[in-house]
This record gives sequence, C-alpha cells and structure tokens, in this order.
Amino acid sequence: MSHEEIAHPELVGVEVVGDSGDLSRSDVILKGALAAGAVYGTFMVGPYVRKALAMTGSSDVDILNFALTLEYLESTFYDEAKTRAKASGELKSLIGLLADDEKQHVEALTATIKKLGGKPVAEPKFDFPYSNTAGFLKLAQTFEDTGVSAYNGAGPMIKSKEVLGAAGSIVQVEARHAAAIRLQNKEEPAPEAFDPSLDEAQVLKAVEPFVA
Amino acid sequence: MSESNEREKAGAPAQSAVARAVKDPVSRRKFMALTGGSAAAAAFLAACGSDSGTTTTTSAKPAGGSETAQFGKGDIGILNYALTLEYLETAFYADVIKSGLFKGAELDTIKKFGEEEAEHVSALTAAVKGLGGKPAPEPKTEFPLKSAKSVLELAGTVENLGAAAYLGQAGNIQSPEVLASALAIHSVEGRHASALNTLLGMPITPDGAFAKPATATEVLKSVEPFIVS
Repeated sequence: MSHEEIAHPELVGVEVVGDSGDLSRSDVILKGALAAGAVYGTFMVGPYVRKALAMTGSSDVDILNFALTLEYLESTFYDEAKTRAKASGELKSLIGLLADDEKQHVEALTATIKKLGGKPVAEPKFDFPYSNTAGFLKLAQTFEDTGVSAYNGAGPMIKSKEVLGAAGSIVQVEARHAAAIRLQNKEEPAPEAFDPSLDEAQVLKAVEPFVA
Repeated sequence: MSESNEREKAGAPAQSAVARAVKDPVSRRKFMALTGGSAAAAAFLAACGSDSGTTTTTSAKPAGGSETAQFGKGDIGILNYALTLEYLETAFYADVIKSGLFKGAELDTIKKFGEEEAEHVSALTAAVKGLGGKPAPEPKTEFPLKSAKSVLELAGTVENLGAAAYLGQAGNIQSPEVLASALAIHSVEGRHASALNTLLGMPITPDGAFAKPATATEVLKSVEPFIVS
C-alpha cells in the first residue's frame, strides 16, 4: 500500500505535543498508533502497539501510561467537542456521556499508576483538525476504533491479571463508544468479526515517517 | 419456583438475580444499576488490587479458571466455554431471522451480527483444535420469540452478557495468542451490545465507564433457560 492511499486522512492532522516540547515515550507510541491508523486503518493500531510496547520492554506501568496518554487524547477531544462540535439533541447527550467516561478513565489510570508506584505521564497538548459536526464525528469514530485496537494490542503484554481485568473493563467501554459513534455516522457498529492482525513489521516501517 | 429456591438455599442470590434478569429486562436494568455503583473509579482500583473485586457476585469464585473445567483444562476449557456461548448466539440470531419479525435495517443488523457470531464459532473451534482439544458440541437451543421488541431486548441481554463473559475470562487465559483472539472477540461483543442498547433506547454503557465482568457460573446460569440439551 502506498502513502497516497491514506486510510484515515483525518488522523494525519492530529497533533500530539508533549509538555514543554518533550515527547514522553507514551506520546511517541501514541503518535505511531495514530500514524498506523492513518496509513493502514484503525485495525492496524493493535499490532503496532503490541510491537512498539514489546520492542521497548514495557512494564505494566509503561502500558498504563500509554493508555493514559490515549485517554488524555479522548478526554480532551470530547471536552472540547461539547462546544466545538456544534452538536444538538441525541448527539449532544452522547458527547456528554463520552466526555464523562473518558475523564473517569483518566482518573482511574492515574490512580492505578500511582498505586503501582509509577509516575503518571504529563498530559500532552493536542490539536484536533475538524471544523463542523461531520468532521467531529469522523474523527470521533477513528479515535474510538483506534482506542479499541490499541487496548486490544496492549492487552497480551500486560503481566498482572488485575491490571489486565481493569484494562479489559475500559476497552469494552471504548468498543461501546465506537459502536454508538458509528451508528451516528450511519456506519456498521461492528464492521468486522475480529480485529484483523496483519504483519507488524510492515506497519512499523510504514509509520516511521510520521513519528517524531 | 423450586429451582430458584434451591439457588437461594445455595447462598447465591446474585446468580438467581442474573437468571431472573435475563427474562425481565426491567429488573436487569435495576440489577445493572445496583451492581454498577456510583464510585466506578473506586471499583476500578479495587479491581486492580484484588481479584475478588472484579466479580459482581457474592458467591465464592473458584481460582484460576477452574469454573470452566467442565469444558476442558486451562485455555481449552475457556475457549470451549466461549464456543458454547457463541453457538448459542449464532442459533439465536438464526432463529430470529427465520421468525420473520424483522425487516429492513433492523434485519440487516441482525444478519450482520449473526454472521459475526458464526465467524466466532469457526475461529474458536479452530483454536480449540489448534491446542489439541476437542471442540464443545453445539447445544440444542430454544428462545422465546414473541415480538420484535422482546426479541431485541433478549438480543441486548445476550450480547451484554456475552461481553461480560469474555471480560470475566481475560485474566484466566494463559496463552498470549489465545488472549489476543479473545480480546478481539470481546470488543466486538461490546459493540453489538452497544448497538442493541442504542436500538432499545437504553444506556450504551449500562455499567458506567468501567464494564463489569461476569463469572462463568453466573453466565451459564443465565443461559440455562435457553439450552434444551
């Protein structure tokens, strides 16, 4: 697949900028995950994340910090969207619900990282490229599908049974969000029976140019 | 009903609550609200700290996936348990399609979900064989298919239960490959549940920001009414 055939062009414009200009490792993996989604589609995010975490010998705290970075992105995105997405009615309520869920994920992950003796990553700054409700919905769908794939990809790398159970309870909620947003977009809520996994090395190579 | 009395005597009120809930979506919502709790983040932390905190039942939970031992040892038992549930879901959707209660967009959704459950059956069967196990037999099932509304409600209940069932097993799976496959199916069940809840005008995340797992014992009790043999 060439770069001319970008699967999710809306992801290419998403900016992730670390606190005071420094990118944490989690920021870098998130950027790579978004790039993998942009180039190959959101289902490729899982294999990318698994590979990236495996290559750097990640602890459960590292994985939770990556998840926290992803949740920061979603939380900021929906919080902003309350006004910026120009939504009304059912969609407005949905945005409120999603913002609340993602905020709770941020809080829970932060608390869990501290409980495990780790240091929660700083919240990066994000820039989301959309200008209307349709643009918001398209990006929301891509983020939620990306989130599902990212958690599913990270899952098998988690060492603690308890952390895995907790991550599982979050990913199911992300999947539920994804389906609801897809229905708003008049798309299949569950487009595939599984997250297909393709060649991981191929994905890593493809996303390299996108990762700072 | 004597069956339910026996369960009460066995000291597992949560299980009979689940069984009742399957037949009555209103009480199911109450049950979810009851177990969902308001301090979801606290529940998440508890889940990270102690294994017993991840279950919704008060009944004792056997250690390390032995709940699925009737289906086989270790990962094979878990996969066969999942296979049994997927057989049940596949048969349910097939019956619903045959019932003629649905048409148009709703029928398309039901067909799509049914196809995906059938794919789960194939994949799980192959996975059990891959581990050298014998795939669980297809159960004979029967579902109450009275009206479109009650069928959608039952579909929602079954999918929410299915998602909770996978979540309940995640920590018991030994092989990273089997876990990756189970996670890929788990999120699809979550998507199905959310879409059906949307159709029903019910909350897409009935447990709040953190989905609750269900033990195999709870799940099997809940589906018992639909298994003929």
